[in-house]
Amino acid sequence: MTSRTGPSPAYWIGFAVVVGLLAVVPLGLPEFWRRFVTEILIWGLLAMSLDILIGYTGMVSFGHSAFFGLGMYGAAAALLTVRPPSLWLAILYGLVAAGLVAMFVAYFSTRLRDIYFAITTLVFSQIFYVIIFTWTEVTGGENGLAFSQPPFSIPGLVSARFTSTTLHWFVLAVVALSYLTLRRITQSPFGMVLQSIRENEPRTRAIGYPVERYKIVAVMLSGLFAGLAGVLYAVQNRFAAPDFVFFLISGEVVIFTVLGGMGTLVGPVVGAASFFMLREVLSRYFTQYYLIPVGIIFVLMVIFMPRGLLGVFRRRLNA
Amino acid sequence: MGIPLDQILVQTVNGLVSGMILALVASGLTLIFGIMDVVNFAHGDLLMLGAYTGSGVFLTTGNFWAALVVAVIVIGVLGAAIQVTALRPLLGRDPLTTILATFGMSLVIQNYALWQWGPSARNITEPIGGQFTLFYLEYPFYRILIALLSGAIIGGLWLFMKYGTYGIWIRATTQDRVMASAMGIPVPTVHAVVFAIGAGMAAASGVLFAPLVGVTQTIGIDFTLRAFVVVVVGGMGNLGGSILASIFVSLLESYASLFVSPAQAVIVSFVVLVITLLFRPTGLFVPTPK
Amino acid sequence: MLALKDVHAHYAKSHVLHGVSIDVGPGEVVGLLGRNGVGKSTTLKTVMGLVRATSGAITFDGRSLVGRATHSLPALGIAYVPEDRRIFRLLTVLENLRTGLDRRGVSAERRDSLLEKVYRHFPVLRERRDQAGGTLSGGEQQMLAIARAMMLEPRIILLDEPTEGLMPRMVGQIREIIELLHGEGVAILLVEQNVPLTLAVSERVYIMEKGAVRHHAPASELRANDAVIHQYLGV
Repeated sequence: MTSRTGPSPAYWIGFAVVVGLLAVVPLGLPEFWRRFVTEILIWGLLAMSLDILIGYTGMVSFGHSAFFGLGMYGAAAALLTVRPPSLWLAILYGLVAAGLVAMFVAYFSTRLRDIYFAITTLVFSQIFYVIIFTWTEVTGGENGLAFSQPPFSIPGLVSARFTSTTLHWFVLAVVALSYLTLRRITQSPFGMVLQSIRENEPRTRAIGYPVERYKIVAVMLSGLFAGLAGVLYAVQNRFAAPDFVFFLISGEVVIFTVLGGMGTLVGPVVGAASFFMLREVLSRYFTQYYLIPVGIIFVLMVIFMPRGLLGVFRRRLNA
Repeated sequence: MGIPLDQILVQTVNGLVSGMILALVASGLTLIFGIMDVVNFAHGDLLMLGAYTGSGVFLTTGNFWAALVVAVIVIGVLGAAIQVTALRPLLGRDPLTTILATFGMSLVIQNYALWQWGPSARNITEPIGGQFTLFYLEYPFYRILIALLSGAIIGGLWLFMKYGTYGIWIRATTQDRVMASAMGIPVPTVHAVVFAIGAGMAAASGVLFAPLVGVTQTIGIDFTLRAFVVVVVGGMGNLGGSILASIFVSLLESYASLFVSPAQAVIVSFVVLVITLLFRPTGLFVPTPK
Repeated sequence: MLALKDVHAHYAKSHVLHGVSIDVGPGEVVGLLGRNGVGKSTTLKTVMGLVRATSGAITFDGRSLVGRATHSLPALGIAYVPEDRRIFRLLTVLENLRTGLDRRGVSAERRDSLLEKVYRHFPVLRERRDQAGGTLSGGEQQMLAIARAMMLEPRIILLDEPTEGLMPRMVGQIREIIELLHGEGVAILLVEQNVPLTLAVSERVYIMEKGAVRHHAPASELRANDAVIHQYLGV
């Protein structure tokens, strides 16, 4: 067990430097690349939320698109029905939608382990996909829902429209805070129990922990942060579409997590960044078929480098 | 309710036919899972690749049966190659890594197909035309033929597993890999063969299904997702259970489509899954474990 | 025929075999005695390639077995009957036997006569041939495990504690079958806790302690003088 002395000063310096760089760098970038970096942060948050399950609890979810997508549609609901549109309400609605779905999925799928869990999460995400895709009157069906971007507002203080730079800062702040929260959770006694489930589930149960309840909470927690990523994505892109509920999104997020290093929290963000970078580079040679080399790289990583890019630093990263 | 009897009977036939196709897809998946503890995420992609291979052969020979046989062999060999390169190195590691590896293969195959064949659909013509009158409907004979062929392939698999030397080797390997190798059973080859059989069955379903919907990148997706449901509902790794569950789920979907659109009828299978997880997480069609 | 020279082996990080040297000649029955946990079973597993030999030599007819795939050993003439029997529980008795019988180059007549032979010696297996292996009693499972190994027509059988947990009547039957195999010229490396049985059927006996062979003598010598047995086995 780790002693709770808190993070070292070196950790905080590193954290501040990385966040500072991420805040400053986009200023020097053209619009396209600025959005690119913002998007990486959002996908990174989604992958980070998945890491709670894959990396810390040992459960591979192939259904994170459902939580992400419901976050998007929740935000859409708030932005389309409530006047004037409120950013905070969008976040609230998105979290509630994703949280409810996560509760539902968690309740059923945690009855199964390992591969069975992976399949049921996949199947559940498809249920939501079909519902959203066919329920045209409410969800806009195939076309999804479009809406305008809410302003950033603190009642009585400020209310300003987002520019691509201020949106980037906002996303960065949310992602950084989420990271700190998740990191805190993984190092709490609760997080320790999750890791002990990953290492040896029967033993954890034998010691007397209600493993199922821990797993349900883990899935819900993960779903909430995935939903938060969905809200950010909806706000950035001003739409919600069924494509983002489809299981291919879940698959991509699994790739981010494995690529970057499971069980590291920051690894998945790095994974998302490397994935998009790979995509930019490889699509020059392979055009839209860049997933062929990406798939091969992914399989090779699974075989030869199962701990991912940052896996080597697993211990030191969050110290 | 006022649903005429003839409609119900038509939906029963429909349900049985699509149930048999689903059973064929699911049994390849179940075989690989039951024996190697590997969930083959690329199953639907192998199905799709089989359909494309079949359509290529059909284009040059004009013979449906040649297309079926060649597709099964080619995809079977490909399946064995995938097992040897991507899965064999993972033996003895966390079974979750195999999901990741087959998922990676799935990405590669999907995009390869898109690159190789583009988005336009290809065709395989059914080997028998003609239809018979089923109440108000002209029902194509070919649909009945698919159901019979699927049944025959599954039956063949069952006989092979039950009586064939390789079937015994496969079952022995499933139960005790170490002892099987001590008895001289070439375990690595057995694993590759199992994967080849599963892949071949996926290819067969792809070719059989192609005349109905045309060959596109998405030909396998509906069936694969439902096959996953069926594999869980049938009790994972249990061949008989998957087959019963396939027919059960397909019949339910057929009846449901009397009331809602076919796209929504898919949800029925998901509801069955939820109910199964709630009351019998070990599977609906397996004996209660003691 | 089978020769182990200074074999070392590790389980994870613990050093379990400290230089084991054993010889078994053609058609010879050799006993391997020792208390629980001294490395007798590990020695057999190391021969089978189930535990990796970290140093030393294992040869069969002069060919090295180290690093060879387990499944290639039966073709050389080596059969293995593990301590916990490990029959295929969901396979029928006949299917269990077929795992050893369905080899390349076995004619139909040869198959029938091999089956006939084990059915003659173990009539109970004939009665139960279509029953799942897991439904047999412990003694019957042991019979099946030995019969299954015989299907390989081996030149040597590595027999690990065949009498463990068996009733005395069954022990007598095991002894008969060992003597039968011996009469047919099959070599046996017998790991046992049952000292009287081992001394009765073996020509030579090795005694192990703490992962190494401490004593080696003809069985007749040990039968006459049991001081050594007392010293190492405390019986």
